[in-house]
Amino acid sequence: MAELTYRDAVARGIAQEMARDPDVVFLGEDVAGAGGVFKATVGLLEQFGPKRVRDTPISEQAILGAAMGAAMTGLKPIAEIMFSDFLAVCFDYIANEFPKSRYMSNGQVKCPLVVRTGNGAGSRFGAQHSQSVENWAMMIPGLKVVAPSNPRDVIGLLAAAVRDPDPVIFFEHKSLYGMKGDVPDGEIVDRLGTATIARPGGDATVLALALMVPRALEAAEILAREHGVEVEVIDLRSLVPLDTRAILGSLARTGRLFTVEENPRLCGWGAEIASIAADEAFWDLDGPIVRITTPHIPLPAADNLEDMILPTVPRIVDTIRRGLKA
Amino acid sequence: MKTRPQLKTIDRRNDDIGEATRLELYRRQVEIRDCEQRAYELFLQNLVKGTSHLSLGQEAIAAGFAQAMEPGDLSFCTYRGHAHTLARGVPMEQVLGELMQRDNGLMRGKGGSMHLTSVKHGVMGSYAIVGAHLPIACGAAWRAQYKGDRDVSVCFFGDGTTNIGAFHEALNFAAVWKLPVIFVCENNLYMEYTPIGSVTAVEHPAADRAASYGLERIVIDGNDADIVFRTARQAYVRARAGKGPSLIECMTYRHSGHSRADPAKYRPPGELEDWLKRDPVKLYRRRLLDFGMDAAAIERIEQDSKRQLDAATEACKAAPPPPADILTTDVYADGGWAWRN
Repeated sequence: MAELTYRDAVARGIAQEMARDPDVVFLGEDVAGAGGVFKATVGLLEQFGPKRVRDTPISEQAILGAAMGAAMTGLKPIAEIMFSDFLAVCFDYIANEFPKSRYMSNGQVKCPLVVRTGNGAGSRFGAQHSQSVENWAMMIPGLKVVAPSNPRDVIGLLAAAVRDPDPVIFFEHKSLYGMKGDVPDGEIVDRLGTATIARPGGDATVLALALMVPRALEAAEILAREHGVEVEVIDLRSLVPLDTRAILGSLARTGRLFTVEENPRLCGWGAEIASIAADEAFWDLDGPIVRITTPHIPLPAADNLEDMILPTVPRIVDTIRRGLKA
Repeated sequence: MKTRPQLKTIDRRNDDIGEATRLELYRRQVEIRDCEQRAYELFLQNLVKGTSHLSLGQEAIAAGFAQAMEPGDLSFCTYRGHAHTLARGVPMEQVLGELMQRDNGLMRGKGGSMHLTSVKHGVMGSYAIVGAHLPIACGAAWRAQYKGDRDVSVCFFGDGTTNIGAFHEALNFAAVWKLPVIFVCENNLYMEYTPIGSVTAVEHPAADRAASYGLERIVIDGNDADIVFRTARQAYVRARAGKGPSLIECMTYRHSGHSRADPAKYRPPGELEDWLKRDPVKLYRRRLLDFGMDAAAIERIEQDSKRQLDAATEACKAAPPPPADILTTDVYADGGWAWRN
């Protein structure tokens, strides 16, 4: 067991997979020589050499297109798109190419690749470098969508993503890069589509993803300590595949469902889950499903304004407390 | 049919292409021409559904490049990809079956005319988002470079593609990484309905950009299969020698509209007629006869093509539509479409 930052876990996860499989290659802007703008890939160039760890021009379409061509013909590329906001400039690959080639070719074409990308707010970068866009990827048939909340899961889920035969969009949270956590020694491999119970509780189910997991956990502590409410926090870990069984299983025990989402409210991932719960677990619900989200506005740069619109610990506590009338 | 007299100026002993290869070049062009014409007829009979983009008039490019390839080389095509798919040896029945959206189609009707793909023939897909496949071809070439594989990737695209960002990203990327990839611009003078010259800052939309990426400026007659074949052969040699990408602009003309919905009324009077005088299939037939090649062999190619085509057409007409049970297959690699448990 070692204490590792989320940032260092990224490098360890990539290294674990590159050491295991010579077909795993890594490309992106500033990822090799500079070790990444978030310093999450430091040391990989030295360890694996310039043939496998490659700096690219600022050409997001070339990065994702090249990753796809390599994946189709036998490599297992990991491509980095520095900020998830930039997925918009290469969205053709995310929306039209990766996810549809297998289906359109009647199963002839494979696309086993991972796109790692820095997602989320907290760095005061403003509306084009701070978004949570996991819902952009979730809506596309053929993709898998992963977002780890802690260093151990970064390694385990990254390994699972690299080994997965489908295209995976892997959202790392920028505000979590400095987070420390215990990580077991040796190889770590998770399974996609498995949510974890981050904190057990019987009074309500609280679903969270990435940065919202530690916030939900902190809120849960306050709710327990100050209001005598025990909520169960579920870390979804992947949106596709979605561990519906874990979600509805928890809901059956608690009778209430809250989501804590950083993506903007309209068509955020919680909307889909609320719909599933309403369809399939209506009679388990003892009260309305409540979504705690960022509102439907662009993200401001100023720190006080950004703090006001993301789901914060006090807002999560208040909303759940009011929802439960506790 | 009478054999034309052999031209005195042609020294057949020094012919760098050779009789057998020339017959192959002709065969590929004839098969593409016949199949594309049949696709149009079937469309008029309402048997080809959706859209289709024909390569009538552009056959020499597909034939010349396919002829220069080795088995294992990879082709990346656009939505105007029937010709390149056929040129790699994909049976007419599978191509027409896909256009007719039947169960015998190349992708059993799941892709359609714009996405013809046959991995076992090296046809790595036909891409309907303009420019998307240039970076993808770079990736396949990167794999070859990384693994020390001998194959070369070729990427065909139209003149309109040269004004999209992915074109420029891919060329720079391929040049910087010295990738074994060949970019082939089929300049048929029109981006969809608009003359390419009226929306492009340079005369030759691909070749005049080559210098920006440290590449040689290459413009060739894309209606002459021999010239295409020779140019392609050089590009393959260069790519296999590790000398990096080539960008080749082939001047050509499509005899039909952009897609089946387009009567091409935007063309100035006489333009089509001028280009029909330079019809690549007719040009090539005449050349074979000028070379003194056996007229019977030429006619055999033409008859074989018709026979194949008629058999393929009948098989497609008789084929059932795809069954409902393939609707949800192959969304994910496990064969299914489940996104949740």
